[in-house]
Amino acid sequence: MARKINLRIWRGDSTNGGLQDVQVEANEGEVVLDVIHRVQATQMGDLAVRWNCKAGKCGSCSMEINGKPRLACMTQVAAYGEDETITVTPLRAFPVIKDLVTDVSFNYQKAMEIPAYAPPADLKPGEARMEQVDVERSQEFRKCIECFLCQNTCHVIRDHEENKKSFAGPRFFIRIAELDMHPLDILKNRKRTAQEEHGLGMCNITKCCTEVCPEHIKITDNAIIPMKERVVDIKYDPARMFSGLLKREKRN
Amino acid sequence: MSGVFSPTRAKIKERTLRTDKWWLQPAITFAVLFSFIIYATFRAFEGDNYFVEPLISPFYSPCLSQACVEGSTIFGWTPVSAEIFNFALSPALIILIFPLGFRMTCYYYRKAYYRAFWLSPPACAVAEPHSKYTGETRAPLILQNAHRWFFYAGLLFNVFLTYDAVISFKNAEGEWGHMSVGSLVLLASSTLLWFYSLSCHTCRHTVGGRLKHFSKHPIRYKLWSWVSVLNHSHQQFAWYSLAAVAFADIYVRQVATGAWTNFYFF
Repeated sequence: MARKINLRIWRGDSTNGGLQDVQVEANEGEVVLDVIHRVQATQMGDLAVRWNCKAGKCGSCSMEINGKPRLACMTQVAAYGEDETITVTPLRAFPVIKDLVTDVSFNYQKAMEIPAYAPPADLKPGEARMEQVDVERSQEFRKCIECFLCQNTCHVIRDHEENKKSFAGPRFFIRIAELDMHPLDILKNRKRTAQEEHGLGMCNITKCCTEVCPEHIKITDNAIIPMKERVVDIKYDPARMFSGLLKREKRN
Repeated sequence: MSGVFSPTRAKIKERTLRTDKWWLQPAITFAVLFSFIIYATFRAFEGDNYFVEPLISPFYSPCLSQACVEGSTIFGWTPVSAEIFNFALSPALIILIFPLGFRMTCYYYRKAYYRAFWLSPPACAVAEPHSKYTGETRAPLILQNAHRWFFYAGLLFNVFLTYDAVISFKNAEGEWGHMSVGSLVLLASSTLLWFYSLSCHTCRHTVGGRLKHFSKHPIRYKLWSWVSVLNHSHQQFAWYSLAAVAFADIYVRQVATGAWTNFYFF
């Protein structure tokens, strides 16, 4: 059963822009991306929107719907009241290119700064053997679809542009955690660089990244806090401090 | 202009476009925690009405000061002077730094009070009012890394509070085998504190989270799995244990002042 809904879409570019109201038809079972496409097809032919799989797996259609970071393809129109206006804007943590499309290249730069998986040098292709219990923590983080909703909602960069230089963000903390917990990764200084180069200490555990993750990865509980605890191990642990291990480890 | 109002970002004048009641949760958190702080401060300085045989308030246990009333100490051990620099010190003030420090540095409470008190941020995708942010990288917030220290101290406190709960199964004459409402109140309080401590992220890390190879440490992996289950409810245990400790103190105070009678089941 089709019904008319009120949609408010942000249109513009990095120099100017604003919210524009449109009325559009929505059919039963449709998601916000469907109605945006209908607007594009019938009323705003030049509306820019990034999308790909329409199945919640490519992470392309990230935007903010009624102020909340979400995937447009996974947000049911029926979740909003019949008289409610649905406001759609681009991600507010990244530079806007046009309409609903933002420049997320910040994330790719940060990805390049994370040292890659480092298996033992003598491990030949096909020889890697791991037990399931040793890899299941890392496997949770591999569910990430790189929609960057966590990066977008993290107030450390969303509200402080100047922190982008020194803060990798939750998506890359799960990458660091994935590698640090990996049974065959031998790079020793991931904890220290997480703290000193990638800005782990700037995270204040407000868990917004976890709240918006469409893959339901427990980013804070399973990646960020364990990494913070691992940093405490090498920098602030009372037992190690008293035993002098801390000093020795730093020297090494 | 910074943050969501930075020059390259979409020009939207509102700090947030959220239409739900995003302010409700931080407002409730603020009200509850602020009420607790006011009450705990009053009780910590009161220095009275914290012991009535066989019940002792968790705010005053272990009672280590020479100012502690008779019977409230552990085997008469009072290593701390009743006065410091001619200032009469309430027995609670000597010990409260440890449970307070544990909760202040707790990963769950950090979320709660950063949002509710410091508005950093007040809610997800709601712009915070601060122009600068350095997180937990410098003093004083770098002290959040001391959570592990307070965790160890907290475990020791749990032992004392469990001991208090056990001896509350005596009657006022010191005979075993009795149970009062006060016994149940102290038992509930100490049990919830154990759940709160054992579900802690630091506990999860200490028992096994720091390992790279679970398969080489099957017992620690099992412990980590159990603590992980508890850890899912850490937020709930944080609130329940806070409420239980506050109620236990209120109960002991009311009984000590004579306002309530400690009813004995047997």
